[in-house]
Amino acid sequence: MTARPSRFPSYGKFLLFCASLLPLAWLCWLVWQDRLGANPVETLSHRTGDWSLRFLLLTLAVTPLRRLTGWNGLQKFRRMLGLFAFFYVCLHFGVYLVFDQFFDLSAIFEDIAKRPYITVGFAGFLLLIPLAATSTNGMIKRLGRNWQRLHRLVYLIGVLGVAHYWWLVKADLSEPLLYGGVLAALLGYRLWWWRSHSATVKRSTR
Amino acid sequence: MLIKKPADIRPSEITPPEWYARRRDFLKSAAVLGAVALLPPTLRGDLAQAADDDLKPTPYKDVTSYNNFYEFGPTKTAPAENAGGLRTSPWSVTVEGHCEKPGQYALEDFLAPHAPEERIYRLRCVEAWSMVVPWLGIPLGRILPRFQPTASAKYVELITLLDPAQMPGQRTRLLDWPYVEGLRMDEAMHPLTLLATGLYGKELPNQNGAPLRLVAPWKYGFKSVKSIVKIRFTEERPRTTWASENPDEYGFYANVNPEVDHPRWSQKRERRVGEFFRRDTLPFNGYAEQVASLYAGMDLRKEF
Repeated sequence: MTARPSRFPSYGKFLLFCASLLPLAWLCWLVWQDRLGANPVETLSHRTGDWSLRFLLLTLAVTPLRRLTGWNGLQKFRRMLGLFAFFYVCLHFGVYLVFDQFFDLSAIFEDIAKRPYITVGFAGFLLLIPLAATSTNGMIKRLGRNWQRLHRLVYLIGVLGVAHYWWLVKADLSEPLLYGGVLAALLGYRLWWWRSHSATVKRSTR
Repeated sequence: MLIKKPADIRPSEITPPEWYARRRDFLKSAAVLGAVALLPPTLRGDLAQAADDDLKPTPYKDVTSYNNFYEFGPTKTAPAENAGGLRTSPWSVTVEGHCEKPGQYALEDFLAPHAPEERIYRLRCVEAWSMVVPWLGIPLGRILPRFQPTASAKYVELITLLDPAQMPGQRTRLLDWPYVEGLRMDEAMHPLTLLATGLYGKELPNQNGAPLRLVAPWKYGFKSVKSIVKIRFTEERPRTTWASENPDEYGFYANVNPEVDHPRWSQKRERRVGEFFRRDTLPFNGYAEQVASLYAGMDLRKEF
């Protein structure tokens, strides 16, 4: 591990950790205050889904932002953002499991097999599991170059996440479009960067 | 024609809204959830049955704050937030098409000969949620004959107000405005079919489709066109909004049918607003006894 440039990142991480829990705290507050609206389960499902996507996009924004701003300290936050994406996806799936299906496995399998939006959403959730499981320093070391290969799955997961939202919506596509646009920009930036840097071979970035 | 309220929906079946308060407590005690999950499946089933109190009206607050009314925005809360400015008086209804007495009628005259009655109906949205609403209204089948539809009148088309100045959703291209719905003549004349003017004994709130909306309780909610300004008798099947928007997903009939899934989600079960777990969806939303004969011989998978 490289030496820390300053003590700032650890404060930063602590702050980010607290900030990342704010959406959950806010949801708990709304539950407590009975302010989730007429269909609280739907609200919980949508809000946890929103935050899953937002953290996923934030995670994907770290590398482009680092390159654009030259602020390498940003990199320290990427893992935590990714893990919070996983955290909110787990909550999102939990709401579905408990309230929508009430542990009815046959209904869940039918949903996954027959509803494209659930198929892609569930696929994204499954693919996130190995990424979360290999997010420790030990696993990063053990997997070596394969770690990076494995973690490129996050691009696919981003696409699955946006598709999941897109196919759920009845008519008003403005929000899925927004998420899709941000995702396209973040992935597009990488494509551009890889192309323009493919001549100058760089293997050390992660 | 003047058939009284169907036997299965008596007002006496109303349970006090206070019952609903309990659901909030239920969510607050998250621990209960964990415990329930550990129960054996049979016991869980019993719990679900215990919650099956079918015609308790959904609280007024929920009925009037959780709406699909895209003319006022695409979210469930937008109608309650944005519909306040809709001027519902004066209001007129234009009757046209295949009838002997077409014309433009002031709402008061349009409704005058009839006294509104209360009907407690289940409302099932195509999005797999449902409510129970105590409507005030007049059976459409009592109103329509006054205009003397001719033999060519095979369908009734009902059209929402088109006024982007008052309806901000109409300034977007979310749907092909104005909103159009329609019924086959026999559906329109069916005693369950209501033109609602109120709910919970009060005037219809704007977000619920004031001053005049359709209620066809055995059909998905999108059939229940709101803020109606035009009624047209037609020979051809009307080109209805959602069915033309996305013909694979929304049909003209839109009868509630747990056997025919929406292409993107199951219609087998629904979440009753105010309940946490889904309940089974009933054929024709529980009104099969009254309306199934209208569709005898039809393939309801094709004519969905």
